[in-house]
Amino acid sequence: MLTIKNLHVKLEDEDKQILKGVDLEVEAGKVHAIMGPNGSGKSTLSYVLSGRDGYEVTDGSATMEGEDILEMEPEERAAAGLFLAFQYPVEIPGVGNMTFLRTALNSQRKARGEEELSAADFLKMIREKAKALKIDADMLKRPVNVGFSGGEKKRNEILQMAVLEPKMCILDETDSGLDVDAMKLVADGVNALRDEGRSFLVITHYQRLLDHIVPDVVHIMANGRIIKTGGPELALEVEKNGYADLLTEEVA
Amino acid sequence: MALPQAKLDMTEARLAALSLPGGAAWATALREDALARVRVMGLPGRRDEYWKYTDPTTLTQPQPPEAALFAGDETPVFGGLDRLKIVFVDGVFDAEASDDLSMAGIEIDRLEDVAKADIHWVKDLYGVLETRGQVPVQRPLAALNTAFATDGIVIRATGKAEKPVSIQYLHGSTTSDAILHHVIKVEEGAELTVLENGPAAARFNKVMEVDVADGGRFNHVRTQGRDHQRRAATHIFTRLGQESVFKSFTLTANGMLTRNECIIEFTGDDGVAHVAGACVGDGDFHHDDTVFVTHDAVNCESRQVFKKVLRNGATGVFQGKILVKQGAQKTDGYQISQALLLDDDSQFLAKPELEIYADDVACSHGSTSGAIDETSLFYLRSRGVPESEAQDLLVLAFLAEAIQEIEDDAIAEDILDRLRAWLERRRK
Repeated sequence: MLTIKNLHVKLEDEDKQILKGVDLEVEAGKVHAIMGPNGSGKSTLSYVLSGRDGYEVTDGSATMEGEDILEMEPEERAAAGLFLAFQYPVEIPGVGNMTFLRTALNSQRKARGEEELSAADFLKMIREKAKALKIDADMLKRPVNVGFSGGEKKRNEILQMAVLEPKMCILDETDSGLDVDAMKLVADGVNALRDEGRSFLVITHYQRLLDHIVPDVVHIMANGRIIKTGGPELALEVEKNGYADLLTEEVA
Repeated sequence: MALPQAKLDMTEARLAALSLPGGAAWATALREDALARVRVMGLPGRRDEYWKYTDPTTLTQPQPPEAALFAGDETPVFGGLDRLKIVFVDGVFDAEASDDLSMAGIEIDRLEDVAKADIHWVKDLYGVLETRGQVPVQRPLAALNTAFATDGIVIRATGKAEKPVSIQYLHGSTTSDAILHHVIKVEEGAELTVLENGPAAARFNKVMEVDVADGGRFNHVRTQGRDHQRRAATHIFTRLGQESVFKSFTLTANGMLTRNECIIEFTGDDGVAHVAGACVGDGDFHHDDTVFVTHDAVNCESRQVFKKVLRNGATGVFQGKILVKQGAQKTDGYQISQALLLDDDSQFLAKPELEIYADDVACSHGSTSGAIDETSLFYLRSRGVPESEAQDLLVLAFLAEAIQEIEDDAIAEDILDRLRAWLERRRK
């Protein structure tokens, strides 16, 4: 599904290399997790994949189902099936959540040459999906993320994912700022979307999210590279011993 | 104090191109008074402080610059509403296109007709609020209007009007120079909505005097669009009685020069006045909102909300003042003016002012200009919304606070449709 090869990325305005050769292969239907200490480049990886400004790819490639995504505009990546659940979902005063969701969905459908969804069909679909995530009508009516609690914002991200039905979902620290109940709700939402044709890349600091969204593969990232790859047990190891041991290994 | 020679010459050159309309003795006397006011003040020049950000030359020169007619097939705004329609073409009343001027609860006449009558209520109001509005800041173009207005609509509401009065200004000649003067009297407890739309003329000078008696309500929604080369100077003068309500919203799209002045005076306690504007400008667009609110009564609320979206070198101006007189306690004054600059070539010039002589008031003002929020733009794009559409969504979001000032949902939706269409045309 997603193939990243030798990806090198620096900040556009500064001479600072953030990613120093990332190699990663996420197969269709699998859940991969990336863990790593602060500043290891995890969030940068998610931004570069989704097309945010401010980064320059100096070497390497990233393809989704064989297509070079780094050449695409952010909206083209989205239409191709890439989705990033933001660590800090953006508040957009004045744009209604419903309008936003419908515009996004129909833009993607249009880009793929599919028919746009009518207002009535959209409403029916959104109500069902919102209910499963315990998102009430009021949250749908309000401006995007404005006045939402931390948990509501994250649930709103998962709702967008459920509505847009992407193939490749990147979750950037979706557990940050969530209490245990909220995390469980979000994890349930994600698990409900697990499917043979859909892959996930879950970026997190902590192992606890991975108790709820059980990954197939765990990668440890440090200093702009993946330094270790293993099964779910690798996450438990990190939880127990921290990153220090692994980092020392890397240096040695 | 004598006027500088240049101002005197400029004023006389303009006056030479005009002639006082005839009428009954009272009308002629009021017009001559107004003409005398113009001669004392002189027409505005670039060196006048009140015109520092807007060059009035094309508004005061004897003939207007030509303004091409817009050839478009879009249906005019407010077309879907149940309304009483009055049409002016280049400032000339079009009887055929207009509805019958009668409605339960209100009296509607044309200024041209009533100015010939010996007795009419309007003779006690014509030019009165305009004259009051000349202090403390002079507004010579409004006095010029009172002197030379060829026509206009005079409305007296005694009850609740069953539908809005909609005045449509069509533009048919590239050199037309229209001067219209409306007088509106909302009697105690009465309620009236006036809608205005259309490019009007190559040059348009319009005054609307609105007297709202105790407990009256006046709603005003206006659009100024289409023909880009047009120029306009408009004034609204309003006096508000006790517990009365005045609400005005203006959408401006296109226009090489528009100056909209709104002068509000609270004379009775517990009044409410909201004045709002949204404008979208592209290229050689200059739009000026000048507002002056005088609180001279207790516990009144005034609110000014102005939003401008500017691109390709467009200019936006805002001059807004809240004057709270001694004794106008418990005044609640709010003023916000904001510009969204879509490129580095556009500019927003703002002069927000507060002048307060009472000690128990709540007044706030704010003025900002900024670019589109890149984080929001990326968020929308990451969900699949193309960049230009995402930008338009953010533009509409920026304007929302002003548009929310429109009370009627159907009218607000109509205004939003106009904006969406305007933005869409820019995308092509």
